[in-house]
Amino acid sequence: MIEFISQPWPWYIAGPLIGIVVPALLLLGGKQFGISENLRHICAMIPSKVAFFQYDWKNGLWNLTLIFGVILGGWIGSNWLRSSDPVAISEATQSDLAALGITDFNGLAPSDLFSWDGLTHSPGIILIVLGGFLVGFGTRYAGGCTSGHAISGLANLQLPSLIAVVGFFAGGLIATFFLLPLILGA
Amino acid sequence: MNTKKPNSLVRLLPYLLIGIYFGIVFTKSEVISWFRIQEMFRFQSFHMYGIIGSAVVVAMLSVQWIKKTKKHDLDGEEIVIPPKELGSGTRYWLGGTIFGLGWALTGACPGPMFALVGNGLTVMVVAILAAVAGTFTYGILRPHLPH
Repeated sequence: MIEFISQPWPWYIAGPLIGIVVPALLLLGGKQFGISENLRHICAMIPSKVAFFQYDWKNGLWNLTLIFGVILGGWIGSNWLRSSDPVAISEATQSDLAALGITDFNGLAPSDLFSWDGLTHSPGIILIVLGGFLVGFGTRYAGGCTSGHAISGLANLQLPSLIAVVGFFAGGLIATFFLLPLILGA
Repeated sequence: MNTKKPNSLVRLLPYLLIGIYFGIVFTKSEVISWFRIQEMFRFQSFHMYGIIGSAVVVAMLSVQWIKKTKKHDLDGEEIVIPPKELGSGTRYWLGGTIFGLGWALTGACPGPMFALVGNGLTVMVVAILAAVAGTFTYGILRPHLPH
């Protein structure tokens, strides 16, 4: 059993385990699954005159508690349930990334870019800081992220969520095929 | 309104447990890996599509069941899911595209960013702070943006 859960989990296990949280949150307290709301709650904690953040962030304490749990869960997953093998991405992806100068596939992300040391060089700074900024700006502009639009929005058959998800992929393809080669200087 | 305090520790505990569960599932399914996100956007594996697709199917069937049976939550309140307003649609395609750019660059959407910190990739705290700055900037610019 421990050996089984130490392996990476296949999609048909992980997907349903994620999807079932949507009804669980609804049944528990009528809550809607949306991780990026937390970014707004953090903004609302900061004293400001911005109208968008004038509400009691404590209404989102359940969600902030959830995201704190995600950090703990990541820690548990990596310390007690981890397999030491590198992420088994396809050979096609490995050769595409190698052409961009990424050849170390150990860890969860390229260690020379996504590390405190990587943050001192331009490709690392751009990927982490610009990437993070666009995620935070885009998710609030679109009114949701992967959880709010791609999973709970599509589950509720909402057209706005479908449009947002098409946007997610359009942006992802532009970044993958045009921006990433520019940033990595390949 | 129910009289129970919404933020008492007992009432927050289930959300903490759901969060821990999520962090473990995110980690074990490798959706928090930058490499997996690259593989997805290069259409070189079914893994991420399988995860998102099956998550949507499970969520969809259960949400439709909740709506059809008019389920109430544990507090006895009716479960209502407010529909998202379409408006001009601009915010969805434009905001979505901006989000997608960031998703592919950082290799993480908001949930995985937090899970990565727990996994020891502490530099992702910087990505989270940058995302907070992005959300704050949106809040400032909001009155001037097409929605």
